[in-house]
Amino acid sequence: MSLRIVVCVKYVPDATGDRHFADDLTVDRDDVDGLLSELDEYAVEQALQIADEADDAEITVLTVGPEDAKDALRKALSMGADKAVHVEDDDLHGTDVVGTSLVLAKAIEKTGYDLVVCGMASTDGTMGVLPALLAERLNVPQVTLLSEVSVDGGVVKGRRDGDTASEQLEASLPAVVSVTDQSGEARYPSFKGIMAAKKKPVESLDLGDLDLDADEVGLEGAWTAVDSAAERPARTAGTIVKDEGEGGKQLAEFLASQKFI
Amino acid sequence: MAEVLVYVDHVDGAVRKPTLELLTLARRIGEPVAVAVGAGAEATAPALAEHGATRVLTADAPEFADYLVVPKVDALQAAYEAVSPAAVLVPSSAEGKEIAARLAVRIGSGIITDAVDLEAGDNGPVATQSAFAASFTTKSRVSKGTPVITVKPNSAAVEAAPAAGAVEALAVTFSAQATGTKVVSRTPRESTGRPELTEAAIVVSGGRGVNGAENFAIIEALADSLGAAVGASRAAVDAGWYPHSNQVGQTGKSVSPQLYIASGISGAIQHRAGMQTSKTIVAINKDAEAPIFDLVDYGVVGDLFDVVPQLTDEVQARKG
Ligand SMILES: Cc1cc2nc3c(=O)[nH]c(=O)nc-3n(C[C@H](O)[C@H](O)[C@H](O)COP(=O)(O)OP(=O)(O)OC[C@H]3O[C@@H](n4cnc5c(N)ncnc54)[C@H](O)[C@@H]3O)c2cc1C
Ligand SMILES: Nc1ncnc2c1ncn2[C@@H]1O[C@H](COP(=O)(O)O)[C@@H](O)[C@H]1O
Repeated sequence: MSLRIVVCVKYVPDATGDRHFADDLTVDRDDVDGLLSELDEYAVEQALQIADEADDAEITVLTVGPEDAKDALRKALSMGADKAVHVEDDDLHGTDVVGTSLVLAKAIEKTGYDLVVCGMASTDGTMGVLPALLAERLNVPQVTLLSEVSVDGGVVKGRRDGDTASEQLEASLPAVVSVTDQSGEARYPSFKGIMAAKKKPVESLDLGDLDLDADEVGLEGAWTAVDSAAERPARTAGTIVKDEGEGGKQLAEFLASQKFI
Repeated sequence: MAEVLVYVDHVDGAVRKPTLELLTLARRIGEPVAVAVGAGAEATAPALAEHGATRVLTADAPEFADYLVVPKVDALQAAYEAVSPAAVLVPSSAEGKEIAARLAVRIGSGIITDAVDLEAGDNGPVATQSAFAASFTTKSRVSKGTPVITVKPNSAAVEAAPAAGAVEALAVTFSAQATGTKVVSRTPRESTGRPELTEAAIVVSGGRGVNGAENFAIIEALADSLGAAVGASRAAVDAGWYPHSNQVGQTGKSVSPQLYIASGISGAIQHRAGMQTSKTIVAINKDAEAPIFDLVDYGVVGDLFDVVPQLTDEVQARKG
């Protein structure tokens, strides 16, 4: 029987661009180039490796996001995923993480799955909680923040390097996993992959297709409210000296003046 | 006054510092009630009482150690139901965030993660967060349900505020998912004897410029002279020169010490994301154009192999 893998990928503003907030205090997506979150490339990569090891597997990449988020899906398809699902609806604008988890869980159930693979965090929101929320909503085990993962005989295993210990984890499928950037470099799409991706199916779903109401999501339906966003004042220009042989001593003098020594 | 639940992060009964900071913040919005689970839970009570916990709800069972996250969510939910708090505060560790998020969905609440400050407001607690690699500061609230908020280390001062800290047993019924993910084995991280990276008042970090695992001894020597923790950039970690557990940045630890010293680190946005809120920033880099110099209070353009050992000697000399 085929192993059905769903990879959740997010389309995010480029971290090296000038990211900021729109007037309604949502992330501005117009003025900065978007791309597939780099941390989700690791999720696609691990899904591809798991699929290679399985007798028969199918990888669906899933995103909840605006029109342009199709770019993220294309990139994942060009890396080797089989098909894509794009949840897109004007009413989704401003949805927070609790709402996003609701939408993703519905879309995952509709798609059908044995294994959900996520990145460790999105590079814009950086919450790192969505995989745990998906497990809660789907009522399946969470096997998250893995730096190593494998699937064998309906069991997922992995290593989680935590704050105080490194743990070996194990759960039966179906399950939700998330992988860190320690899990192994993601492949670059090949030319062949890029060409093939153009022909792979991308299904679009809206809230109605998922039996969701507009008031359960979006800015109005959000479980949290951002009241203000202010640019952090630029740090006042510091003192910069060139080392002419006394740099370490000068630095010590500064640290002493600040009472660090 | 309304009660505020504080989830306790501890290792065998030793309360970790971020939890004590949470008690300071909790007292701004209500009376702190602590929830401690797992081996040593009851041993946390004296420290928690000393810092303001009026009650300490404790539970221990093999499930807490043998299975991932969910048993702890079950316990926090039991405490939530027993107390009906005005807010739930959890330390912002990777695990803390997961516990908090799952609780939020269960109780129909919103969640705010990685707050760096918390105040009482007219419509519930107001959380300050940093966004986009700390280039923005936002203020936000949970607008549905009981606020569930995770707070980063070093967000508040630890304050003594003696309270009763009465220990009460918490009855926990484990959910069907509690045993879903088995912890097959656990290898505790070896202690280096240095302060915890996220809790340290001073962090000394090395990057690609350190140029080799053996050269990290120079960084460690400076750290030890200052009583600091050691950090590393991803480039240094990826090269295998220093453990990933010491990585500072977006996919490593986020630190906010009084003093951050970067040596041989260029200051890429992903690195800045993890250290930009440090109070005082110092850099040593041989490239005067390195972006890290945009952040510094004091910078030395020079070779770290000259500057760092000289600094270490000078610190030691001054300490006598
Ligand atoms: C999704 C994603 C997540 C990431 N997460 C992180 C993260 O968590 N943490 C992180 O750090 N990075 C992260 N990165 C990587 C980041 O983009 C940079 O590549 C990395 O921070 C560079 O490390 P560095 O500054 O040590 O190396 P470099 O950028 O190569 O800089 C080395 C610096 O050392 C200086 N130097 C060299 N020799 C000497 C000498 N003898 N004396 C003095 N100075 C010297 C050079 O002038 C240079 O400025 C991430 C990247 C991505 C895409
Ligand atoms: N809008 C989205 N669409 C698809 N997947 C997402 C979305 N947001 C988050 N994810 C997934 O959840 C992970 C963690 O996200 P977060 O909790 O937002 O940091 C990401 O790495 C993605 O795998």
